Amino acid sequence: MIRLNTPLTEETIKTLHAGDHVLLSGVVYTARDAAHLRMMDLIAQGKPLPVELDGQVIYYAGPTPTPPGKPVGSIGPTTSTRMDASTPALLERGLRGMIGKGGRSENVIRAMQEHPAVYFAAVGGAAALMAQCVTDLQVVCWDDLGPESVKRLTLQDLPLIVAVDAYGQDAFVNGQRAYLESQV
Amino acid sequence: MRKIDASLIADCVARLCVRANRHLPQDVSCALHQASEEETWPAAKDILSLLCDNCRIAADTAMPICQDTGMAVVFADVGQDVHIRGDFTAAVNEGVRRGYTEGLLRKSVVGDPLRRKNTGDNTPAILHTRLVPGENITLTVAPKGFGSENMSRLKMLTPDAGVEGVKQFVLETVKNAGANPCPPMVLGVGIGGDFERVAEMAKEALMLPVDGHHDDPYYAALEQELLEAVNLTGIGPQGLGGKTTCLGVRIVAGPTHIAGLPVAVNVSCHVTRHQMETL
Repeated sequence: MIRLNTPLTEETIKTLHAGDHVLLSGVVYTARDAAHLRMMDLIAQGKPLPVELDGQVIYYAGPTPTPPGKPVGSIGPTTSTRMDASTPALLERGLRGMIGKGGRSENVIRAMQEHPAVYFAAVGGAAALMAQCVTDLQVVCWDDLGPESVKRLTLQDLPLIVAVDAYGQDAFVNGQRAYLESQV
Repeated sequence: MRKIDASLIADCVARLCVRANRHLPQDVSCALHQASEEETWPAAKDILSLLCDNCRIAADTAMPICQDTGMAVVFADVGQDVHIRGDFTAAVNEGVRRGYTEGLLRKSVVGDPLRRKNTGDNTPAILHTRLVPGENITLTVAPKGFGSENMSRLKMLTPDAGVEGVKQFVLETVKNAGANPCPPMVLGVGIGGDFERVAEMAKEALMLPVDGHHDDPYYAALEQELLEAVNLTGIGPQGLGGKTTCLGVRIVAGPTHIAGLPVAVNVSCHVTRHQMETL
């Protein structure tokens, strides 16, 4: 098991390989469909983004409301491919990591090699369990989006799998192939 | 004629929204635990074991199993000898509003598909009302997440496609979905009817026990054959490989036109939720 802390450096990213199991700690930012559209609008207008992305990790997630006395509600990943169109522009601006579920497009995988980055898969639907790995949540901006606002999360040992590494390797493709080959 | 106050319907829907999001139905929970025991691929077994832990934590801590607490799909079987005092549809939506607000469930509904402003209370429900004999009202609340809903598909096949065409479409749908719908998935398959009825049948199939079988041996065999075929794809839990791609395939079939063979596949995830109560 590899322990990682955010922000992520290029050197750290280059040590990670598809299929590695990781425990991630530190600050990450949530952003999903609507927040990505707003970031694309800001980029198109030449305006700054609400978060300085250099070295940062975006978690494609919208948690349930925070219960009294707890740091966060249930929180797990949403389907990453819906953010594929926006992702290369964010990688160009220094984004180093993403957390989501499901595969990524060829464009994103290529951009992750050009601007070294890692895509982690969290276990989709395991949201009550993963809430126990979040120690703090603060809304950063776009509160009007409700569950889709940008939130600053502090993670403690969130269990993740390196799904796509900076060398173009894909754990979904490799994992399914390895399983099927084992059955021959 | 029995009288039922609309406020009782709202109370019931609110309770069911909360319960459905914190507790898996017994059949889905059993299927998940059984898959976790029977899976042989180590990485897949670890994921299934974690999913079982997640369900236990959700129940113990009164938290939603999944953060996508879904759109509230409500099936109401209303006895024709019942008089509802008050506005029925408003009561269902009031129940959703209260359940999602007081139960701290996520508000995932936008009021307009293109202008996309969140309604803030997860209303309106997707409401299916059916008139049935008797003087009871049976309400089923089935919160549906969109990771899997987005992977669902409908096709107007023609009669010459036959059962092979149906099988091919189901498998194509699963392969196209891949890791996205949070496998292990549950598949509701509608066959027959017309364009809108076939989609409804696929949704109804997701309400059936995942470990059950169609009453007609022909369709029971087709359910089993499809399940085996889907589990040979190797997609596995979360799409990372393994034999547990699907926990169950259920079929609802119905009469159709001489020129048509509609088929719909409603893809659901390992958090296939539905809770029912009779008033």
